[in-house]
Amino acid sequence: METIKILLDKCSGCGLCLKVCAYDALDLVDKKVYINERCTICGACVDVCKFDAIEIYRRSFKGQDVSAYSGICVYAEHRKNKLSSVVPEVIGAARELKKDLDKTISAILLGSGVKPLAEELISYGVDEVWMIDSLEIVDFAEDIQADLVARILMEKKPEIFLGGGTIIGRSLLPRVAAKILSGLTADCTELTIDTESKFLKQTRPAFGGNIMATILCQNHRPQMATVRHKVMKAAEKVGAGHNGKIVELHDIPIPHSKIEVLEFVEEQTETVNLAEADFIVSGGRGLKDPKNFDLIEKLSKAIGGAVGASRAAVDAGWIPYSHQVGQTGKTVNPTIYIACGISGAIQHLAGMKSSDIIVAINSDANAPIFDVAHYGIVGNLFEVVPELVKQITE
Amino acid sequence: MNYFLTEEQEMIKDLAAKIAREKVEPIAAEYDENEIFPNDIVEILAKSDLFRVFIPEEYEGMGGGVLEMCLVVEELSKACGGIALSYAGSALGTIPIMLFGSEEHKKKYLPKLAAGEILAAFALTEPDAGSDAAAIKTRATLENDHYVLNGTKQWITNGGEASIYTVIVLTDPNRGVRGTSAILVEKGTQGFDFGKKENKMGIRASATTELIFQDAKVPKENLLGREGAGFLIAMKTFDQSRPGVASQAVGIAQGALDKAVAYAHERHQFGKPISSFQGIQFMLADMATQVEAARALTYQAARIIDSGAKNIAKISCMAKVFASDVAMKVTTDAVQVFGGYGYMKEYPVEKMMRDAKITQIYEGTNQIQREVIALQLIREELRKKG
Amino acid sequence: MNIVVCIKQVPDTTNIKINPETNTLIRTGVESIINPFDMYALEEGIRLKEKHGGTVTALSMGPPQVEESLREAISLGIDDACLLSDRAFAGADTLATAYTLAAGIRKLGGADIILMGRQAIDGDTGQVGPGVAENLGITHVTDIRKIEQIDEDGTIIVERLLEDGYVRLKIKLPVLLTVVKEINEPRLPSLRGKLAAKKKEIVTWVEEDLEIDSERIGLVGSPTFVKKIFTPPKPSGGKIFQGDTREAVASLLEELKKAGITAGKKGSEDGNN
Repeated sequence: METIKILLDKCSGCGLCLKVCAYDALDLVDKKVYINERCTICGACVDVCKFDAIEIYRRSFKGQDVSAYSGICVYAEHRKNKLSSVVPEVIGAARELKKDLDKTISAILLGSGVKPLAEELISYGVDEVWMIDSLEIVDFAEDIQADLVARILMEKKPEIFLGGGTIIGRSLLPRVAAKILSGLTADCTELTIDTESKFLKQTRPAFGGNIMATILCQNHRPQMATVRHKVMKAAEKVGAGHNGKIVELHDIPIPHSKIEVLEFVEEQTETVNLAEADFIVSGGRGLKDPKNFDLIEKLSKAIGGAVGASRAAVDAGWIPYSHQVGQTGKTVNPTIYIACGISGAIQHLAGMKSSDIIVAINSDANAPIFDVAHYGIVGNLFEVVPELVKQITE
Repeated sequence: MNYFLTEEQEMIKDLAAKIAREKVEPIAAEYDENEIFPNDIVEILAKSDLFRVFIPEEYEGMGGGVLEMCLVVEELSKACGGIALSYAGSALGTIPIMLFGSEEHKKKYLPKLAAGEILAAFALTEPDAGSDAAAIKTRATLENDHYVLNGTKQWITNGGEASIYTVIVLTDPNRGVRGTSAILVEKGTQGFDFGKKENKMGIRASATTELIFQDAKVPKENLLGREGAGFLIAMKTFDQSRPGVASQAVGIAQGALDKAVAYAHERHQFGKPISSFQGIQFMLADMATQVEAARALTYQAARIIDSGAKNIAKISCMAKVFASDVAMKVTTDAVQVFGGYGYMKEYPVEKMMRDAKITQIYEGTNQIQREVIALQLIREELRKKG
Repeated sequence: MNIVVCIKQVPDTTNIKINPETNTLIRTGVESIINPFDMYALEEGIRLKEKHGGTVTALSMGPPQVEESLREAISLGIDDACLLSDRAFAGADTLATAYTLAAGIRKLGGADIILMGRQAIDGDTGQVGPGVAENLGITHVTDIRKIEQIDEDGTIIVERLLEDGYVRLKIKLPVLLTVVKEINEPRLPSLRGKLAAKKKEIVTWVEEDLEIDSERIGLVGSPTFVKKIFTPPKPSGGKIFQGDTREAVASLLEELKKAGITAGKKGSEDGNN
């Protein structure tokens, strides 16, 4: 059975679909469009067709009994018995969804000595914490954690399961999804409930942020998503009136981990942990010389921020890869992002476009960075940056 | 543009272009400024088999010829003429071994040169012998089973970096050019040393040094061809290597043209990109036309040589003269298109202009080349008249 | 040692541009390339083979033209390549893709180490790696920045990149690792490799060649589907200051203050998002 089809009687041959196809999978022959073998059935053409001439016949394998699932569950990622900073954001997203679903919010908490974290989760508005507190569950033993999360989800049957779009979250949740055979959407920047169907609408950037896709998981439960860090508003603490409960799960057997942790090495968090930074000053090719990163460091110090870099600067060997912002580096969402001497290649924009305020400093008024910047200074960065430092410290 | 290359030649061109774009261009300015010899790029070229392309298959090469060598030089030169020279200079040093080396010489050196494990160099020029190659003073005297070398060679590309040098020496001072010979000298030979590295206007990433011989003892088996053939070997080598200089020139010119076109499109004056002004358009059109003509002549010369033709000096000189003059003209115009920015080191075209200049000078100045061409024309005319 | 590297052919998104008038993708001139992250996986696979012996095989799922990418992998030094290509595989989400790739790896005879890039630059999900590992019942670790050593006893020590540092882990083989850019510098192809790649036969398997449930592959095997694709709204032009540096900087800081943000501390929560 063909899963995608052009209705030739409706096709006007306008060619609009050819323009949006990223796979070169459509051919225009005699004013009609034909699909070739490159098609991945991504659906971009369907949306853009003004004549409803493209159809995708959708049927997915038999899933879980959807009606048996209820509630929103979040994964409580933590390390060294401290909740990850993404967790309040995930709970924040869950609380927004709760407004439309009116179901309870639960959290899965795995680890040893994690009871205080359970209390903290409740303080953010979680109704029920499903907790396994065992010495065998150590940080980074993801294989055990994935196994336990899958078992809990199958037993408790929440309809939505959310995790942080962190390195751990984006490793753990796909494993869980493959265990329980449900759908997972990565790195969502927007989650809403469809008012009619009550399905979870999961929106995420793709193609390096060039397009956005809204994704549904209709026939399988739970509907799973990881949430991009620093995009969703963090849940604020709720008042003392909120009663949550902690449910300890004793009956679930804990498997042995095949991952042995030798050591965790923390690296210069102040300058490198771009993911958490509220202020980032980034330098690019316009710095012309590695020693000019001094300027960037001075400015970032002046505003108490972190140092980022474009791929060009990293590839030139001016600064280590851990500072790279962009599609092949880190995705950041600071309050202010100051791009100095960065032209704004798409691959860079993909990593910082969702910053609250973008400031661009560049000598080329036509640089694409100015297209996304909220504020910009066209000028010589070797003059502008020191002046900024001067005026800020004054 | 279709240059009627074979599939394998296309492959060579693509790979060289990829290396130029991804590896050479990002470091070109830095290596130029600080005169860094591109050992890292040489290693990449070696691993990519690009030193093999002009060496016969029986010596671990890939069996191509001058055109293959030219394709690599041209692509690398688009990104950096200086870095390209480390490759082209080695080719220049390899050619006499391929043309005049004994089986033993070839077996000993060509596989290593093909693998890019070692570089070669060619040494003719001396302080008092440039265009007048017959005025060389470096002596080699046969003592038992060794030649003993004394003298100084100057401005030798890949000096100090190459492992094997073809050195033109005087073996019989009484016979003028017929008293010259070509001898292979390995780096590390006692009495063979390198002088200071020259501080050059352009091609600064390439190593240019003196070779100093003080009673350097070289086995007599290292003689290329026969005694007295030195000048001939040098001329036959240049006949084959000049299209390499021409390709370097074409590459530099094309690189400058590409930058100029892109800049003219980006740069706005009077509210319009400067590429919309006819003054700029005419310049770009002339630059492009000249580059294309230079490339055509260069490929033609390379193809004629690879066909095994006998009298190749004229076409070889023509390609070198024309392409190098074009490179100088086009890079100068590229700086003009860039205006004030073009004069600044922050932009790449001033370097291209500096790099282009040498192509009019080395491997025979363009004035000497024209003499060769003219001499050939006169000879042909005389022959016609019988 | 048996090494399998899973690669994906993707449109070169770094060259994709947006038409400012229509705010749609301009695809013209966009090439298909091997996912850049997978280049690091290929390089690491070749290095492991060079160091520890064995064979390294590249595996991909996709339309027939993916063969070109597999040939490119061969030209780099990969021994063998295999393509899973069938219309029935089309439209697969990460779950169905992982299931299909795992079936391919099983048919190849399994692997001691499976390498993949951290994510593909078209989908940016990074979900297929963990999914493949689950389908094969083996351990996985993502975001590997260094393979330290592989011991005789069949264990591997790796460094995994985290947001705030890295963690050293010891894992028993077999294992699936996804790698980050930091792990190595991919080599360029060689001419001899390219010539070998031209002649190499690339094995292609269709649905019938694999032991798989036809309900679990392609569009049918995919729980998620794309409901809507849209280009993000065109950013509206910001305020640009030119001219005198001191004045420009002063105006900028003034604007930032107005937006409720002062240096060194975050402004009011309302100012965000």
